[in-house]
Amino acid sequence: MALWTFLEYAAWGLSALFGAAIVADWIKIDTTYSEDVLTSSREGELEALTEQQHKA
Amino acid sequence: MATTHEAPEKLGLLRVLGPAHVWALGVGIVLVGEYMGWNFAVGKGGAYAALIACWFAGTLYSCVAMIDSEVTSTVAAAGGQYTQAKHIVGPLMAFNVGLYLVFAYTMLEAANAITVGFLMDEVAKMMGTDGIDQRPFIILAIMFLAWLNYRGVLATLTFSLVITAFAFTAVILLFLFTTVLSGDSPMRHAELMTDLPYGWLGVLASMHFGLWYYLGIEGTTQAAEEVRSPARSLPFGTLAGIMTLLIAATLTWYVCVGLMPWEYLGQAGVPLFDAARLSGSTSLMVLLGIGTLFATLASANGCINDASRAWFAMGRDHYLPAWFGAVHPKYRTPYRSIIFLVPIALIFALGAPLDQVITFSILSGLLGYTFMPINIILFRKKWPLDSIKRGYEHPFHPIPSITLFTLCAVTYFAVFLGYGTQLIAMISFYIIVSLWFHFWRYRFVKRADQFTMPWPRPKGY
Repeated sequence: MALWTFLEYAAWGLSALFGAAIVADWIKIDTTYSEDVLTSSREGELEALTEQQHKA
Repeated sequence: MATTHEAPEKLGLLRVLGPAHVWALGVGIVLVGEYMGWNFAVGKGGAYAALIACWFAGTLYSCVAMIDSEVTSTVAAAGGQYTQAKHIVGPLMAFNVGLYLVFAYTMLEAANAITVGFLMDEVAKMMGTDGIDQRPFIILAIMFLAWLNYRGVLATLTFSLVITAFAFTAVILLFLFTTVLSGDSPMRHAELMTDLPYGWLGVLASMHFGLWYYLGIEGTTQAAEEVRSPARSLPFGTLAGIMTLLIAATLTWYVCVGLMPWEYLGQAGVPLFDAARLSGSTSLMVLLGIGTLFATLASANGCINDASRAWFAMGRDHYLPAWFGAVHPKYRTPYRSIIFLVPIALIFALGAPLDQVITFSILSGLLGYTFMPINIILFRKKWPLDSIKRGYEHPFHPIPSITLFTLCAVTYFAVFLGYGTQLIAMISFYIIVSLWFHFWRYRFVKRADQFTMPWPRPKGY
């Protein structure tokens, strides 16, 4: 098999792999955590959150 | 159906970035413009026109960087100019600015992916093949960078930092080894430089592509919610970024016009790589070849980061469905926004011509720059210097605002000369979505929840 034909197949394969990894994790997270937790981020609250985590 | 799992009660993005990451985000998005694209300004008006465009656009973007640095040093939240507009101007302006950002960065990401495919094709041809199928490489570039962005911002922007520093160093080395460190310099400025071939109209037309030298430096503000010290890091990273680009742009112009006649340079696909080839050094050729690929990947990487933060911020404020405002509980990234923008980038990368994609990106960016002078004038008026402590105060206000507004007007005219239809189509699109937002979407926005900055009441209110 010519080098570039191999590289084309490798690129297709890696693309599918990265896509599958993202989708699998996305499904796992969305089915594990509640929507309220996932969308709990609020603008301006980050400093307080970071401080709490440092203390913990 | 989702079940509640052990997790923190509140999720947020992580403050893990430093000023070097901010620099890498801004310069990384832009530096590809030095490797390719800026040279179409040479085709429009000759070598000197491209230099004038370089300096005019440099002035425009220096104003952008200064204004952005002041405002964003007080708005430490994702969304960048969208969040600034929300707090300073109002919801409709914010919605439009948010869309400008997402379109500018997603289109630029698509353009970079197309370029990766083109580069791989060029390498294959240099190795003796008849050409390759570019699609798998275009898709791989987008999928790999999306995966990287999905997994965490620190790794993403550290990756950008390394490859951007490499690409910038390659430009410096090309300059040094073709001028001061070369015993027999290949530069032929005296023979190659000509007068303005199309007169001053050519200079005006070249302004369109002059933006390419710096397009995207304003993206540093999207890191505002993820830098450890926003008031210090954002101005430092942004201003260091524009200085880097002014140096890179001028060196790029100098080297390229000294090695290639303007008629060729004005339509070259990869001018810096061509300049390295003409230098006669194989090492420089390899260095600039890798630099071109790295600059392209750094740009696409930063674009995914910025577009997803803007989309995420709009979702969090309910300007878009709140579903997009989700944060990954482990990686602390706006993962749904990253995923959502992947197919859009793929559609444009695989289905649209490069010049159209780039033009839509430039137009969206230009609309965003036009908003900035209005934004800073209102910011200074509503919150004077003694009312909010800024991490950076830009000098000579309102001269940078007036300069920026004037240069934007000139550039609109330049874009209209070459891409009038696209300009009108783009503005029509934003008018239609503005009507949709005003008459339909805004009813879902929780009006009080969107203004969370601990700012004092604006002067006069």
